Amino acid sequence: MTALLPRRGLAQILALIVILAVDRVVSPQFFDLRLQDGRLFGSVIDVLNRGTPVALLSLGMVLVIATRGIDLSVGAVMAIAGAIAASLADSHGLPVVLAAALGAGLVCGLWNGFLVAVLGMQPIVATLILMVAGRGIAQLITEGRIVTFSSPDLVWLGNGAVLGLPVPVAIALCMLILTGVVVRGSALGLLIEATGGNARASELAGVGTRAMILAVYVWCGVCAALAGVIAAADIMGADANNAGLWLELDAILAVVIGGTSLFGGRFSLVLAVLGALIIQTMNTGILLSGYPPEFNLLVKAVVVLAVLLLQSPKLTGFAGIVARLRRTKA
Amino acid sequence: MENSPDPAPPLLEVRGISKSFGAVRALQEVDFTLRAGEIHALLGENGAGKSTLIKVITGVFPRDAGIVRLGGDDIAPRSAKAAVAAGIATVYQEVNLLPNLSVAQNLFLDRQPMRFGIVREGEMRRRAKALLADFGLNIDVAAPLGSYSVAIQHVTAIARAVDLSARVLILDEPTASLDRHEVEILFGIMRQLATRGIGIVFVSHFLDQVYEISDRITVLRNGRLVGERETASLPRLELIRMMLGRELAETTSTRASTGEHRAREVCASFENYGKAGYVTPFNLELRHGEVVGLAGLLGSGRTETARLVFGAERADGGQARVEGAPVRLQSPRDGVRHGFGYCPEERKTDGIVAELTVRENIVLALQAKRGLHRPLSRREQDEIARRYVKMLDIRPADPERPVGLLSGGNQQKVLLARWLATSPRLLVLDEPTRGIDVGAHAEIIRLIRELCDDGLALLVISSELDEIVTYSDRVVVLRDRAHVEDLAGEAIDVGNILAAIAADAATVALEAHT
Repeated sequence: MTALLPRRGLAQILALIVILAVDRVVSPQFFDLRLQDGRLFGSVIDVLNRGTPVALLSLGMVLVIATRGIDLSVGAVMAIAGAIAASLADSHGLPVVLAAALGAGLVCGLWNGFLVAVLGMQPIVATLILMVAGRGIAQLITEGRIVTFSSPDLVWLGNGAVLGLPVPVAIALCMLILTGVVVRGSALGLLIEATGGNARASELAGVGTRAMILAVYVWCGVCAALAGVIAAADIMGADANNAGLWLELDAILAVVIGGTSLFGGRFSLVLAVLGALIIQTMNTGILLSGYPPEFNLLVKAVVVLAVLLLQSPKLTGFAGIVARLRRTKA
Repeated sequence: MENSPDPAPPLLEVRGISKSFGAVRALQEVDFTLRAGEIHALLGENGAGKSTLIKVITGVFPRDAGIVRLGGDDIAPRSAKAAVAAGIATVYQEVNLLPNLSVAQNLFLDRQPMRFGIVREGEMRRRAKALLADFGLNIDVAAPLGSYSVAIQHVTAIARAVDLSARVLILDEPTASLDRHEVEILFGIMRQLATRGIGIVFVSHFLDQVYEISDRITVLRNGRLVGERETASLPRLELIRMMLGRELAETTSTRASTGEHRAREVCASFENYGKAGYVTPFNLELRHGEVVGLAGLLGSGRTETARLVFGAERADGGQARVEGAPVRLQSPRDGVRHGFGYCPEERKTDGIVAELTVRENIVLALQAKRGLHRPLSRREQDEIARRYVKMLDIRPADPERPVGLLSGGNQQKVLLARWLATSPRLLVLDEPTRGIDVGAHAEIIRLIRELCDDGLALLVISSELDEIVTYSDRVVVLRDRAHVEDLAGEAIDVGNILAAIAADAATVALEAHT
């Protein structure tokens, strides 16, 4: 299990601590927790809860990016899944609602994977198709309206609590563990990293690179659908126009902050989720500070820049030289 | 004037050029002389040092030692641009122009005729038309370059290079993607430029074209100068010997003694196996405990044969059998499933996964073979990695180091380890000793022999004929994408292989033997 949290996570953990500390300064009661009706409340819980959709997206996205791909359609898939869940919620039981929504995500993932792995399209273009079309599909499902529902089961999914934790947070945690067990417990992790690192060489070594690529897009679609259901459950309705809007960018950002290179290869699930939390901690902090939310985008831009600078080969090459010098001295 | 070359100083004079990349010595004290008005072929197999020599002359790589003189003056260009300014222009196989710009814009890129800071399009087109007319080309210069054939793109690149007052024109594999008619056009232009006094360096692996167009030939091998000859007085067999082989007398004694190989069991066999436009159908039997060498010139179908055998390329006819049972080889996965392994020629792009560790690279094929649901535990991986690092003496002996940081020879050993870990029955090695230093070279040859003694079947491609002769029990010779000769036992020697490669000279060689 050490593979889940590699040594290189130090920078991300430090970043999270720094941002938490800043949040504590702008909002003295940031770390206050209180238990009410069997559910914890407080800013930290709020960060976890609000961060759930992006965290779920980043779980799928990190695998896609590890194969040197990208999935721009996750926001649209969220909208589709949310629309399906909201439309069915009052007429069907939760299992049917979930199966339909997640099934739609799976089909979306298969479509993306088919375009990339079988037809060999560039991932950014291939998933752009569904990014655009998906929102249209979601609008067709909701017939252009905001579909609301009152099914207590689905509402519980967005607002209930398990062991004091909000249900979305518990779901995200379960998905992280599930993905971790599937990916690192099987050979999937190694084969995905090999595929992303050098697809030609992996193919010649007998790795089913197409199957790997197909699988990661499918998983990304399922994760996105789950995020969409939770987002819909949270607001007790589906808004095809705005559900998951621009969240694909946050998910990519979370993965990049988590240290996975857009050039594929090495990835870390835990750090990608940590990246999502870093983003949400920033968002919440800015809201609490009373600055206008527009400020948020600027701060995000600065953080992206800082992370990308840290990852640039020239800077890391320089850091590598420094480290080597230190080692030879020691 | 070009008929009396001796009194005039050579146009381009290269003396004692050396260049190393890490431990690999790419060029060792190479001399090269180009006279004004001649077409000079620069020949050698992959890795012989042709490209390195060109890049050192044109300043792309800094040289470790040696001098370059152009028209009697020492030059030391620091970049390709500086070399162009000095009068040395290079046109590469992949045309380095911009296909989305017009022909005229490409010709005058970076030096467009200007007035008041505005490009004079009309003037530029007029001059472009005049320039190309010199080359017998009458095309619409306003159309994008990419809309024309590769041949015209080449001519445009050459026209641009010559117009930049080139005195030396280097053409690196210019004919590789041209058809016969286009080659004729290109040759016409080359001859015309030569009569203008421009010196042309022609790099090609098409020997017919070399004999057709060149005045003199310089051959490199393993980064060293083998010799410089007049084309007209150099028999083809002799040329191939210069490119591939050592002197005959030296090699005959080095071959390992092999006996009773006929009795060995067949591991894999291929009947009428081939693919249209790729390799002519061939018959091939690979036996346990036997090394089959594949010899031939670059582009003769060696790598293509290897890829068909492994399953990296699908055959469109014929039957493959493994231990007698018919099999279908549709993909590398099929090859791996049947116990085949393949170390490709291009280690970096087709072999290693650079950022993964030595351990991960070693277990990759075994893990792929076992499938997703049967992962090797970390302890098993460590164990396998440690075993092969020790067995093959991979250095540094750190299984957790990213494989991209290892030397070429050690990367090759990691790839060997990757396949050995799958306990293969057949290993296909494509140029296993290319680009690695001398020590590792000898070790890998020793390993090939050892693996073979352990009962593995091996199919080995090498441009080093004396190397092939050393370890092969049988040698298949290829020419023009077809298997033309199958040598076994006493018949394996460099002379016979050379004779088979140089078809025209075969009769000459036979006469020489009798």
